[in-house]
Amino acid sequence: MNRHLISAGDLGKDDALLILDTAEELARVSERSIKKLPTLRGRTVVNLFFEDSTRTRISFEAAAKRLSADVINFSAKGSSVSKGESLKDTALTLEAMGADAVVIRHSASGAPHRLATWVRGSVLNAGDGTHEHPTQALLDAFSMRRRLGGLEGRKVTIVGDVLHSRVARSNVLLLGTLGAEVTLVAPPTLLPVSVGSWPCEVSYDLDAVLPKSDVVMMLRVQKERMNAAYFPSEREYSRRYGLDRDRFAKMPDDAIVMHPGPMNRGMEIAAEVADSPRSTIVEQVANGVTIRMAVLYLLLGGETA
Amino acid sequence: MPENGPLSRAVLEGPDIHRALTRIAHEILERTKGAGDVVLLGIPTRGATLAQRLGGRIEQFEGVKIPVGSIDITMYRDDLRLRPARPLGRTELPSDGIDGKVVVLVDDVLFSGRTVRAALDALNDLGRPTAVQLATLVDRGHRELPIRADYVGKNLPTAKSEKVKVFLQETDGRDAVLLIKEEAR
Repeated sequence: MNRHLISAGDLGKDDALLILDTAEELARVSERSIKKLPTLRGRTVVNLFFEDSTRTRISFEAAAKRLSADVINFSAKGSSVSKGESLKDTALTLEAMGADAVVIRHSASGAPHRLATWVRGSVLNAGDGTHEHPTQALLDAFSMRRRLGGLEGRKVTIVGDVLHSRVARSNVLLLGTLGAEVTLVAPPTLLPVSVGSWPCEVSYDLDAVLPKSDVVMMLRVQKERMNAAYFPSEREYSRRYGLDRDRFAKMPDDAIVMHPGPMNRGMEIAAEVADSPRSTIVEQVANGVTIRMAVLYLLLGGETA
Repeated sequence: MPENGPLSRAVLEGPDIHRALTRIAHEILERTKGAGDVVLLGIPTRGATLAQRLGGRIEQFEGVKIPVGSIDITMYRDDLRLRPARPLGRTELPSDGIDGKVVVLVDDVLFSGRTVRAALDALNDLGRPTAVQLATLVDRGHRELPIRADYVGKNLPTAKSEKVKVFLQETDGRDAVLLIKEEAR
């Protein structure tokens, strides 16, 4: 495996399967009364969050702590960054503190890539701008595999704001590697220009795609990024691309519904769909801790260069 | 498949392994007075297979079905940082757990004792057995920790540079224990 995890595209099939298989064994740790392993004792993991994200940060924090690593949380608010410190100086500070891994969330695409050239430890991308979020894709693949048994040949439909979604991009890359067939469904205004070169299909008609989907993943409509009239109204978006009860009924009986959270109930997904037994939304959170444990173990558990 | 050149020698063949396991099964029954509270936990990969076989043997002799599981020790190893991260084995505890039971750890080869030390640490996080015992198919000596086996299939004097490799039907297609000289690798 690579020393860093920056893009889901960096993972070969063997690497990806090793992470999923490791997570499968680690999932059992969460079921026991002592949910802790001594494996990363004496290693330091820094959570470097330039963007707010409670769930990803606490997920990484829980994962690192279950492996007995020391965790330092660094959030941009109220820190040296708000005094104007550059990313490089922040990186050198962390380096001097002896960070074995830096988990970074940044609003600029490519920030983790730059960081990796400045620090000796492993860099884990926890979401950079509209680029990638590889551990989210891994936990999604893990959740799918646990529900469906395997990913080879499975049809995964990802619906919503693909343009701003790092989750969609990472999922397309990883699921392609794992042999699943991905279809993106979105209004044309919410698809990136480059989507034609991605290893997936594109459709504008959700109703046509639903009946042949094994997995339907709804993306959050990121209101904070809806600054250029991408669609006429929320109501129209919800009508055309929201997963409501009627659309849910068109899905095959054993198909599952996913959402990376946080979700807008009633907007991209109806409440009764989100709460259905075929929704994996709550599992995805638990699987997030497990998959991050697996990644931290594989990156930091052995000898490090 | 194992290489059977001049540098590797079979020290136990299928029937020898069969007899050794039969004897260990009887010894476990004798020492634990019928194996009433016994849980067999094998250390993956081959220890887990041996634990299954011992469980089958004990059931055959006494008609009691004793719980058999496996305990992966990878995350508890003391040499994790000497090699790249390795894949994990399976930890599978019997449904009744191990609290108040007599746990018999089962491994294929007892060498430095470090694997057993890791297994004892792992057990500590899984519950509190009343006693822990150790069964091993081969004890090849060269202990680096104060650890000994309660049940031994065969005591095998070896040079530290030699390798002992256990092959089992379930994982390797045949039963054998080979002693391999260092040059063979």
